[in-house]
Amino acid sequence: MSEMRQLVGLLKQIDDQLVACMRCGMCQAVCPIYAETGLEGHVARGKIALLECLADEVIKDPAGVKERLDACLLCGSCQANCPSGVKALDIFLKARAFLTGYYGLPPVKRAIFRGLLQNPKLFDTVLGVASKFQGLFTKPVNDMLGSSCARVFSDLIGGRHFAPLADKPLHDVATQRDTPRGHSGLKIAFFYGCVVDKMFPRIGEAVLKVCDHHGVGVFMPHAQACCGIPALSSGDRETFEKLVALNMKVFAESDFDVLVTPCATCTSTIKKIWPLMAEDLPATTRYQVKELSAKVKDISAFLIQDVGVTPADVAVSGEPVTVTYHDPCHLKKSLGVSAEPRALIGCNPRYKLQEMDGADSCCGSGGSFTLQHYDLSKRIGKRKRDNIVATGATVAATSCPACMLQIGDMLSQAGDTLAIRHPVEIYAETLAGR
Amino acid sequence: MSNHLSQKFEEIVGTGNVLASEVDRHNYAYDAAVLPPQLPALAVRPETPEALGRVVKTCNELGLPLTVRGSGTNLSGGTIPSEGGVVVLTGALNKIIEINEADMYAVVQTGVVTAKFAAEVAKRGLFYPPDPGSQAVSTMGGNVAENAGGLRGLKYGVTKDYVMGMSFYDVDGELVKTGSRTVKCVTGMNLHGLMVGSEGTLGVFNEIILKLVPPPKASKAMMAIFDDLGKASETVAAIIAAKIVPATLEYMDDFTIKTVEDFAHAGLPTDAKALLLIEVDGHPAQVEDEAAEVEAICKRIGATRIQVAKDAVERNKVWEARRAALSALARVRPTTVLEDATVPRSKIPAMVGALEKIAEKYKLTIGTFGHAGDGNLHPTILTDKRDHAEFTRVEAAIDEIFDVALSLGGTLSGEHGIGMAKSKYMVKEVGQGSIMYAKRLKAAMDPKNILNPGKITGA
Repeated sequence: MSEMRQLVGLLKQIDDQLVACMRCGMCQAVCPIYAETGLEGHVARGKIALLECLADEVIKDPAGVKERLDACLLCGSCQANCPSGVKALDIFLKARAFLTGYYGLPPVKRAIFRGLLQNPKLFDTVLGVASKFQGLFTKPVNDMLGSSCARVFSDLIGGRHFAPLADKPLHDVATQRDTPRGHSGLKIAFFYGCVVDKMFPRIGEAVLKVCDHHGVGVFMPHAQACCGIPALSSGDRETFEKLVALNMKVFAESDFDVLVTPCATCTSTIKKIWPLMAEDLPATTRYQVKELSAKVKDISAFLIQDVGVTPADVAVSGEPVTVTYHDPCHLKKSLGVSAEPRALIGCNPRYKLQEMDGADSCCGSGGSFTLQHYDLSKRIGKRKRDNIVATGATVAATSCPACMLQIGDMLSQAGDTLAIRHPVEIYAETLAGR
Repeated sequence: MSNHLSQKFEEIVGTGNVLASEVDRHNYAYDAAVLPPQLPALAVRPETPEALGRVVKTCNELGLPLTVRGSGTNLSGGTIPSEGGVVVLTGALNKIIEINEADMYAVVQTGVVTAKFAAEVAKRGLFYPPDPGSQAVSTMGGNVAENAGGLRGLKYGVTKDYVMGMSFYDVDGELVKTGSRTVKCVTGMNLHGLMVGSEGTLGVFNEIILKLVPPPKASKAMMAIFDDLGKASETVAAIIAAKIVPATLEYMDDFTIKTVEDFAHAGLPTDAKALLLIEVDGHPAQVEDEAAEVEAICKRIGATRIQVAKDAVERNKVWEARRAALSALARVRPTTVLEDATVPRSKIPAMVGALEKIAEKYKLTIGTFGHAGDGNLHPTILTDKRDHAEFTRVEAAIDEIFDVALSLGGTLSGEHGIGMAKSKYMVKEVGQGSIMYAKRLKAAMDPKNILNPGKITGA
């Protein structure tokens, strides 16, 4: 009972944020989960009402509230559409941390977050070994997408068609570097993120190629850690804070102009969530976090805004490749970046952009949401797949590797043969042989 | 007992469609009104019209209060259930059954979302004009039950002007049909007229037949800025007196202008006392004429500046400012009480003056915007419901707002409904005879008083 008191006390801390919700219900118009289930407990207004009830001790069932709270993609659509400016994401992340404190972290997550994520080197080693043996357990299913599925039934993987671990992660194919500013006069720190490192190193290679071409200096350390969002969205604030601290050690003192990432989720986490959650850290760290988060930028935004890349002058022959672009929630809804990735794709004259219906509606991934609610995640993903296929495009582009995994799964399961690309890869193609 | 009850409804709607856990019950205890929640026993979600009818019949047999809920955007507490009652969710009854282009009507189930319906209609080259502020989520059933209005009310009317007929379930689960798909129909009593605005107290809607109209071919929007409130309302009267009925004629007071400007940086003049947003629509030639005349009237009466939108982008800018009004106000304080006291449009200056005095008297912040053309104002009280002393003043201020509106020949509600929030004022507007008539009518149709009890006329 005393723990319950503590939980109530913690929830009272966010009371001001909770009461800002005027229950207008406009979040129902944009919530991808609500679109599927139509349940009040699955939309921001309903979750906020439940948290208020829990804080006011009129609800005695924290497990029921937690269950509703976990059924959320953290896509931020509700927050972007809220007339009263309710900070739904802040509320949900904090509340998840409080409830996880109350219930404790499930053993599997504890092992992954505290055992692996907090030890980047061990994480690299374990997945490096796994990539060597994955062929024993998985089989390729779609050459175009490069997806695989499990050979034997696995609880974690289920019927997913996933991108396999890369034979060699980015940190093996590209050595650490610290190159000086070239003719652009700019230098970036390259935060590649876990999924790019371990599953899509080709995206990281494209970033490096583009930077080299444009004379952008690159500081790319290998000791960088996960941005922390998987841990935080599961309510593990302790791991999150350790990961932020690890990254601060690597990046805080280095000389660079922009912290660049090719991952929408990492970008928005560093930009928005790091400073938000840094409230309790020591003053100097808090200041450093603020400084660093101010410098972070998505790769497309960096190339268009800072480097000023323009359409490449390359010879075009034959029909252009039709590409459609999916807006990752973490890029468009959280940071308002949607024109730049399209502009970057437009810099490759071999491609023609064909917009899909609902380009900015969530693909259903939501990080670990897809692991816990695969059925719901698939229903949302199926809509995205249908919208992509309806454009007739042969390439689906997006700026978030997590979206790439989800979209790849959906396309692969439907037997589609589209390729999935990051805008920076499409742009990098124009530099071939130069 | 509740387990037994769940089972009973599960037999009708299936296991997944009965929501009875503690969290579910709390999730269907409130709506968008600033009123205390009331816990239902359970919520049920019928997926077919037949199941809907059986749910109603079962509630009546068990004497269980029943409240129908679409998206729960009601601003007067009309969808707050009775303690221990049943909430009937219409979310799964969301089919557009027919859109008939030749005869210009549509048939919808109650759970269809308004904006989706309007968009489907528009795709077929037709127009469904009612546009309540919550249209992106509100449902057609809710709109009809509350007789919802919107920005286009002045010229195009409100929901009631588009309901040609419907079918609904009575408390015994019998399907009642009223009206038809024809423009003219005087068959039987005008029961659908009775159902519109009845707030779920007389029957449970099944299908609704709606009139559609041709869309206007052209439109023109402008913003007129005033340094004096009297001039703004005089302009409203003069436009109507000139036999021009704009599609929309919106008003914003100085507090709202400043708040919107701080929030949206829409380029509004922060030193203005009032502004009018005006749009005329119709045949292109008529639109040109009327726009010129409206501009001339604004100038004559003393608008300090008039901005006429040159194209769709500028037109959109004019409306962005209006759309941002509630958002901007809602961010000032935690609790936003949005009222809809309505007066004859000639009384707008008196009403606005009274609102200023009320704000001062009760030491409250009130921003006022709304539909000047039809006299439907939205005094919006910015407060914090946790501050009990202040909230007591808010309640007193609301009492006085309605007193003033009624004394000016106005009404308690332009478009939000009476629900629980305003039932106590009803007698002041319509008198005891009307209340008794309504109560006898309800008692005859709903002898066990299960249909959304406590709404409109109180207990």
